[in-house]
Amino acid sequence: MEILFATIILGSLGLIFGVGLAIASKKLAVQIDPKLDQVQHLLPGANCGACGNPGCFGFAENLLAGKSTLESCRVCTEEAKEKIAGIMGLALEKQTKKIAALHCNGGRSIKDKYLYDGINDCISANLVLGGQKSCVFACLGFGTCLKACPFGAISMSEEALPVVDKIKCRSCNRCVLVCPKKLFSLVSVTYPVYVACSSHDFGKDVKNVCAVGCIACKLCERACKFDAIHVIDNLAVIDYHKCTSCKECVKVCPAKTISIRE
Amino acid sequence: MNIQEFITIFISAVFIYNVILSRFLGLCSFIAISKETKPALAMSSAVMFVIVMSSAITWFVYRFLLVPFNLTYLRTISFILVIATFVQFVEMVNRKISPQLYRAFGIYLPLITVNCAVLGVAVLNIDMFFANGKAVAGSFYYSVFQGVSVGLGYTLAMLLMSGIRERLELCNIPKALKDFPLAFIIAAILSLSFMGFSGFRF
Repeated sequence: MEILFATIILGSLGLIFGVGLAIASKKLAVQIDPKLDQVQHLLPGANCGACGNPGCFGFAENLLAGKSTLESCRVCTEEAKEKIAGIMGLALEKQTKKIAALHCNGGRSIKDKYLYDGINDCISANLVLGGQKSCVFACLGFGTCLKACPFGAISMSEEALPVVDKIKCRSCNRCVLVCPKKLFSLVSVTYPVYVACSSHDFGKDVKNVCAVGCIACKLCERACKFDAIHVIDNLAVIDYHKCTSCKECVKVCPAKTISIRE
Repeated sequence: MNIQEFITIFISAVFIYNVILSRFLGLCSFIAISKETKPALAMSSAVMFVIVMSSAITWFVYRFLLVPFNLTYLRTISFILVIATFVQFVEMVNRKISPQLYRAFGIYLPLITVNCAVLGVAVLNIDMFFANGKAVAGSFYYSVFQGVSVGLGYTLAMLLMSGIRERLELCNIPKALKDFPLAFIIAAILSLSFMGFSGFRF
């Protein structure tokens, strides 16, 4: 008999509360824009903050409020952007995808000037006389960019150089910011040619420490028919507004510093 | 029911048996939301509100449902039911009436559901104000007042902690002690100092 009472009392208590909550949730329902949910599902969810909003939810809210533009999300895939544009009834400006390029090709071939025995991190190594590599501009190869990449797009090659996965890279700019040597830049996929060196040293000094560095010989400058490449401060720099990807500079470069991304 | 009783409840709930620093209830929110004073105060007010309301409701449930049917052993489960429902309800009302407050509370409000301080007070009220299965004279007022006092004690602990942690933000702290390790040490010292009150007798 007593167990019956217990079941009835607790059961009815639960029932009353349950029904009460159900009624309350109907009565007190707040209208939320269903678009918000749809847009948020299509966003990458990396919360990288590259768009300037606090996370993807903040971006979705500002997007619907008209405070942000869809183009400011660099991470989102083109298909997802088209879908979001469809949901919101907006036209989407086509943008070419950008991929991080590493402006150094030294790797293991550059000798160490001292034995670094510290924290396995480029930023820490860079604090000690600008890193252990004998070229001050060289990639230190500890893979800080690899840890910073939210998409796992960077891996280390056998040469101890970071390799960017063309498909996984979403041009979020993290590696560009984190590299203590400022070796990364975002280059549009339509331009395969890039300069794989960042050294502003004189040609002789570069040659002493690195076989693949830019020696500022200016052969590329002369070879370029479009005035797109210039040696500035002992380093070849490509003007991507003028570059037509004719690859003449790649052919003439004696140290194979100017490279092609496959 | 006299004024003396209320003063006793107040002093013992706020100082001698401070819910966080002496009874060690509701520590999760105490550590998690004490980094800044503002959210700490918001959390405290939410906790206080829920504690007061749940003390009142659980008193009714106990007095008019559990005691008459001799079901006092169902105390814990039915109180949890009451608290969870009530917090849910508050969240709904809050969301409807004041979206800004809802945003400010954020995750804190659902957190209160599982805050053992709330259940602790409800159970404590029953232990203190029911003798031999019968309500002590004025026990409802005592229960509600104890809820208020415990809420104030919670606020006091949160204020102390967040004030100290806010100041520590500006200090040069060893990396290994940053954030939580230091918070634990501070909590321990605060708790020790509150243990000093346990000498009081009323």
